[in-house]
Amino acid sequence: MAELIEAVLRGLGTGSVYALLALGFVIIYKATRVISFAQPAFMLAGVTMVTYLVLEVSFWVAVPVAALLTGLLALGVERLAVRPMVGRPAFVVAIITLGVDVAVRVVVNAFIGLDVRNVLDPWGLRTVGIGGIDMQQRHLAAFLTTAALVAALFAFFRFTRMGLAMRAAAYDQEAALAQGVSVGTVFALSWGLAGALAAVAGTFAAAGSSVDAALWLIALTALPVIILGGLDSLPGAVVGGLAIGVLQELTATYQNHAPWLGGNVSVITPYVVMLLVLLVRPYGLFGTREVERV
Amino acid sequence: MLRVRNLEVVYDDVMLVLRGVSVTVPPGGVVALLGANGAGKTTLLRAITGLLDVHDGEVTKGAVTLDDEPVHHLRPAALVRRGICQVMEARRIFAELTVEENLRIGGHTSPSRIKPRLDDVFDLFPVLEQRRRRTAGYLSGGEQQMLAIGRALMAEPRYLLLDEPSLGLAPRLVEQVREIIMAINKRGTGILLVEQNATMALSIAGHGYVLETGRVVLDKPAAQLLADDDIREFYLGLGRKSFRDVKHYRRRKRWLS
Ligand SMILES: Nc1ncnc2c1ncn2[C@@H]1O[C@H](COP(=O)(O)OP(=O)(O)OP(=O)(O)O)[C@@H](O)[C@H]1O
Ligand SMILES: [Mg+2]
Repeated sequence: MAELIEAVLRGLGTGSVYALLALGFVIIYKATRVISFAQPAFMLAGVTMVTYLVLEVSFWVAVPVAALLTGLLALGVERLAVRPMVGRPAFVVAIITLGVDVAVRVVVNAFIGLDVRNVLDPWGLRTVGIGGIDMQQRHLAAFLTTAALVAALFAFFRFTRMGLAMRAAAYDQEAALAQGVSVGTVFALSWGLAGALAAVAGTFAAAGSSVDAALWLIALTALPVIILGGLDSLPGAVVGGLAIGVLQELTATYQNHAPWLGGNVSVITPYVVMLLVLLVRPYGLFGTREVERV
Repeated sequence: MLRVRNLEVVYDDVMLVLRGVSVTVPPGGVVALLGANGAGKTTLLRAITGLLDVHDGEVTKGAVTLDDEPVHHLRPAALVRRGICQVMEARRIFAELTVEENLRIGGHTSPSRIKPRLDDVFDLFPVLEQRRRRTAGYLSGGEQQMLAIGRALMAEPRYLLLDEPSLGLAPRLVEQVREIIMAINKRGTGILLVEQNATMALSIAGHGYVLETGRVVLDKPAAQLLADDDIREFYLGLGRKSFRDVKHYRRRKRWLS
C-alpha cells in the first residue's frame, strides 16, 4: 500500500512539471490558435538561466527572475517570428515554432556547455515522511508551486481586465477586436505567460538532479498531456499533466510484474495514452469537440 | 461628423465589394443603410470600425473621416477610443462568459469608467441586471441582442453602428429594439443603422441610403424614402427583384406610355 501511495505522490510531483508545460501550450493555443512547439526550448532556456542566476542570488530570487526573463524571451520570439505569420495556415505556423525551438535550444546548449549545471534547489533528494509514507521534498514543492500558480492563473483569467480580454479573444477574436481589445497584446501576453510557466517547470524538472540538453525530452511529454486533457482546456492541462505523471510512476513502479514489456516502458506510457485518446476521444477529456474552429 | 467618402474596398486583393460609397452620419443623427443581401452593408461597417484586416479586406480608395480626421487606417481599439463602436451582425456575444463579463469587455478601453457605465447599461436594460451572473450563451435571442447593444454602450460611443439588430427577432422585440435605439440616440449618440427591415429603420432615421452591389443607388431623407414607390415595391413585398430592375422596369414603362 505504501508503495502505491508513494508512487502516486511521486507521480503528482513529476506530473506538476507536465501540467505547467501543458498550461503554456493551452494558453498559447487558446489565445492564438497556434500549437507552439517552442515550449521545450523555453523550458531549457529558463532552467539554464536559473543555473546562472543561482550563482549570484538565492534560489528564491533566481527562479522568479528567470521566469520573467524567459517570459520576455518568449514574448520577443512571438513578436519577431510568429506574429508576421498571422493568417497563414496553422500548419505553417506550427513549423515556424518548431524552427524557433531548434534555434533557441542551439543557443541554450552552448550556455549549458559540458559542465554539470545545477539549479541548487533547497530540496535535493531529501524526503518528508508522514505515517510511514515518504515523499520527496522536491515533488511536494513542485506540487504546491503548481497549485499556487494554477490558483493565480484562475484569478487572473477570472478577475483582471487583461485576463477577461484574453478569454474573450479566445472565444471570438473579431468580436473582441470590435470591443477595443488589442489582439496583439493578447498574443504577446499568452506567449509571455507560457514562457514563464516553462521556466518554472524546467526548474522543478532539474531539481535534485542536473541540467542537460536531454531535459527537453521531458517537455515533449506535455504533448500527450494536452492530447489527453484537450488542446483548449486549462483544467484539462492540469488534470492531464497530473494523470500522466501518476500513470508514468505507477508503470515504473509495477513494470516488474510484466517483464516482457521491457525495462523502460514508463517512458513511453504517455505516448501510448496519447494514441489511445486520439483513437477514442480526439478532442481530449475536457476539450471542445470542434477544436478546429479556424 | 462621421463621413465615408468615395470608399472602395477590396477583399483578398481581387474582390471589389464597395465601389465608391459615400455616407454621412451627422453628430446625434440617425442614418439608415438599406440594401439586399450581399450589397456590402457589413463591409462598410467593417471599414469604419477597422475590422477589414481580419477578413483580408482593404480600403483601396476614398476615406473615412471622423470630424475631418482620416481614421480608416486606425486599429479597432483606437477607433473605439475615439468613440466609434459597432454592434456586429448576429450579435457575437461571448457565449462562454457571464453577462457582466461581456459588458466589462465592452468597457475594455476605459477601465476607470466601468462602474458608472455598468449602472447606466443596467438602467437601460434591467433584464441584464437580473441575469448579470448568468452565462451569456443561455440568454434568449432578444436578451442577447440587448447584451450586444449594452456591451457597445460600455465604451460610451459618440457614433454607434448597428448591423441588422432586428434580425431573427419577433415583432414585439423588434419594436423594443427600435425604442432602445431611439433612447440611445436621444442622449446624443449618432446612429448608423443597417437593416433589412426598412420600415423600422426609416421610421427612426433622419436620412437613408440604399446600397446595391457596392454602390449607393439612393440617398434621400428618410421620409422621402418611405414614400418612394420603388422602396415600397422592393422592400415591402412584390417579389425578389433587384432594386435596379424595378427602376429599369419603371423607366421602360414611362418610355412606353
Ligand atoms: N471575408 C470576405 N472575403 C471575401 N468576400 C467577402 C467577405 N465578406 C463578404 N464578402 C463578399 O462581399 C460582398 C458584400 O458582403 P457583405 O457581408 O458586406 O454584405 P451585406 O450587405 O452585409 O449582406 P447581408 O445582408 O447578407 O449581411 C458579398 O458578395 C460577400 O460575398
Ligand atoms: Mg451583413
